[in-house]
Amino acid sequence: MSQNQEIRCTLSVLVDNEPGVLARVIGLFSGRGYNIESLTVAEIDTKVSISRISIVTCGTPMVIEQIKAQLRRLVPVHDVDDLSDNSIHVERELALVKIVNTGSNRIEALRIAQSFRAHTVDSTLDSFVFEITGTSSKLAAFINLMKAIGDVEIARSGVCAMSRGKISNLKQRDDML
Amino acid sequence: MEGNTETNLTMSGADAILRVLEEQGVEVIFGYPGGAILPIYDSLFKSNSIKHILVRHEQAAVHAAEGYARSTGKVGVVLVTSGPGATNAVTGLTDALMDSVPIVCLSGQVPTHLIGNDAFQEADTTGITRPCTKHNYLVKESEKLCSTLHEAFHVARSGRPGPVVVDLPKDIQLSECEYINRQDRHGRRYKPIINPEKNKIIEVAKLLVNAKKPIIYGGGGIINSGPEASNLLRELVDLVEIPTTLTLMGLGALPHDNKFFLGMLGMHGTYEANLSMYNCDVMLNIGARFDDRITGNLKEFSPNSKKIHIDIDPSSINKSVPVDIPIISDAGSALKELIYELKKLKFKNSENRIGVWLRQINEWRSKKCLDFNQTGKIIKPQYAIKRLFEKTKNIETYITTEVGQHQMWAAQYYGFSKPNRWMTSGGLGTMGYGLPSAMGVQIAHPEKLVIDISGEASFLMNMQELSTLKQYKLPVKVFIINNQWMGMVRQWQQLIHGGRYSESYTDSLPDFKSLAESFGLEGLRAENVDQLDDVIDQMMASKSAVLCDIQVAKEENCFPMIPSGAAHYDMLLGPEDKQNKKVSKDGLALV
Repeated sequence: MSQNQEIRCTLSVLVDNEPGVLARVIGLFSGRGYNIESLTVAEIDTKVSISRISIVTCGTPMVIEQIKAQLRRLVPVHDVDDLSDNSIHVERELALVKIVNTGSNRIEALRIAQSFRAHTVDSTLDSFVFEITGTSSKLAAFINLMKAIGDVEIARSGVCAMSRGKISNLKQRDDML
Repeated sequence: MEGNTETNLTMSGADAILRVLEEQGVEVIFGYPGGAILPIYDSLFKSNSIKHILVRHEQAAVHAAEGYARSTGKVGVVLVTSGPGATNAVTGLTDALMDSVPIVCLSGQVPTHLIGNDAFQEADTTGITRPCTKHNYLVKESEKLCSTLHEAFHVARSGRPGPVVVDLPKDIQLSECEYINRQDRHGRRYKPIINPEKNKIIEVAKLLVNAKKPIIYGGGGIINSGPEASNLLRELVDLVEIPTTLTLMGLGALPHDNKFFLGMLGMHGTYEANLSMYNCDVMLNIGARFDDRITGNLKEFSPNSKKIHIDIDPSSINKSVPVDIPIISDAGSALKELIYELKKLKFKNSENRIGVWLRQINEWRSKKCLDFNQTGKIIKPQYAIKRLFEKTKNIETYITTEVGQHQMWAAQYYGFSKPNRWMTSGGLGTMGYGLPSAMGVQIAHPEKLVIDISGEASFLMNMQELSTLKQYKLPVKVFIINNQWMGMVRQWQQLIHGGRYSESYTDSLPDFKSLAESFGLEGLRAENVDQLDDVIDQMMASKSAVLCDIQVAKEENCFPMIPSGAAHYDMLLGPEDKQNKKVSKDGLALV
């Protein structure tokens, strides 16, 4: 791979869930001119107060290395895992897609939703809200189809990701407390 | 906890804060009081163990703490109030971040229930200082006060040092608080790597002795590692006899008169240092960061060398220059391991090993790129600094500078033999750094000669601190290289902007001699070359702080110079060099 070619990369970052930690991460990206394609964050362990931040970013291999090193430098950051490193990881994203249309297009929307295994979470006489989960590209495909047959409103969660196999090291943190 | 006889000791938050400082070994704090920090000042009033230096502006408090820290290796401590107190400190904090100086800055904050309310003198201090500190804290619960402060010191001084802000709401300072000892902290969450991987060090040792054109390029990481690292660098250089250059931040890590020292490198570095960097086949970077002042045009930076980079900060490695052997380590421990491994190897002395390279370097040296002509009565700035060096070199002297031409001349013409004797704003390039920094150095070394080599424009930026010098009887010497221009700005305008001197002349300068006198200090003036030595002698003899107005040639430029965007081989050596080299369009956009 060329050193100048941009690659897409998913990072999984374990941080202390303390005030300002998200601002620190986001500030790092904006301050140093890195891209954020998507970012999700939530507490995953209430006992030791740890959050996982999943970040999808892109850049040259040198920039990606730099992003990881800069993240690791932050005091509340415990672990930065580059899930794209060996691509054995799973990624999921959730979207709520509202479509407003009538007649045969309305039936078509329902049929497409079925084939994408989207759930209907709300309906009125002239609208549906579908919930769809999958990879970002699956979501994009679904949204594109919906746009072709009605007025569409979208809310996406951003990517949630995790490595396969081994357990990420939270135990170390337990020992510290 | 073992040996802890003082459990359940309760006191006010403010008292606990001071106790943490005492326990952390703090002797001096630099600060300025205000509403939101009054409880700490009240506790300070009752305490005798910590000396407080009242500065005249919070920026100066941080620079003074930097001078203190850089000349001692200890953590510098700053105390400021909320709002403007904290925002005034921002320049100093950024400076400390760029130059890796360990600082703990305690700022007052409005009480927790008013935070976010646009209260009087409220500012989002943690928000504002997040990008200009290594880490910062807002203490919202008194149970966390002591542990947070202890962690702040740990973060400031460990790994790559840096500034840490602890924002302290007034109600926390007044609340009841249980004191927690330093050793009571369980585990630490900030644990930088400080020892190198052995196999990499072995590889480096072999590379160094087999190289035909090796160079060592050392930086501030060696100084930050402590004086022992500088001793080790000298030992390494004497052992393998490899030409060595130092960055602005690294000056003093190797004595200036060492046979293998090439001088400083970079934009205003020596011809021999820069050409050696360009032509080398193995480059050992210890504790420097391939800063843009050093590399010049990245595409043409040392194209044929194998590069080894030892740095305590993993994010410094492969940031701008890809390297072949990255080593995450403290400079001192890496040097120690490297010397140990080298001693196991058999290798010839430098003459038989790299004789051709040394002769090549000597040829570059013979250009004498730092030569200048002191003719006539007008003092050349280079000459002024050279005389200052000659007269002070046998006394232990601490030098600080402001930013600009005088700073580069000081780096070029003042020779340093020991680490921690040279305090200059390298990364941020903060005009107004030198005077307050010298103040901090003088506090740490009351009996030593401390000189701020200054420029008249930079001096004006923090000259209010003359009042602090007077109050604490600090005999700091301010040696103003006065050319009436913002010299470096003028130089760039001359060389790059067609001689259009836009706003770089300082009109209406004060009479520096009477200015000093009005502060109750001594003022001296040298108008021509015959007066220079006398002024330096009088300055050194004085027990008071002295302001020296050294009136120098107005339009002297700082050479050698690598114009922005150019490569190491493309240096301007003097005024006659400028005609045939144009700054590229890309270079014009660079700073």
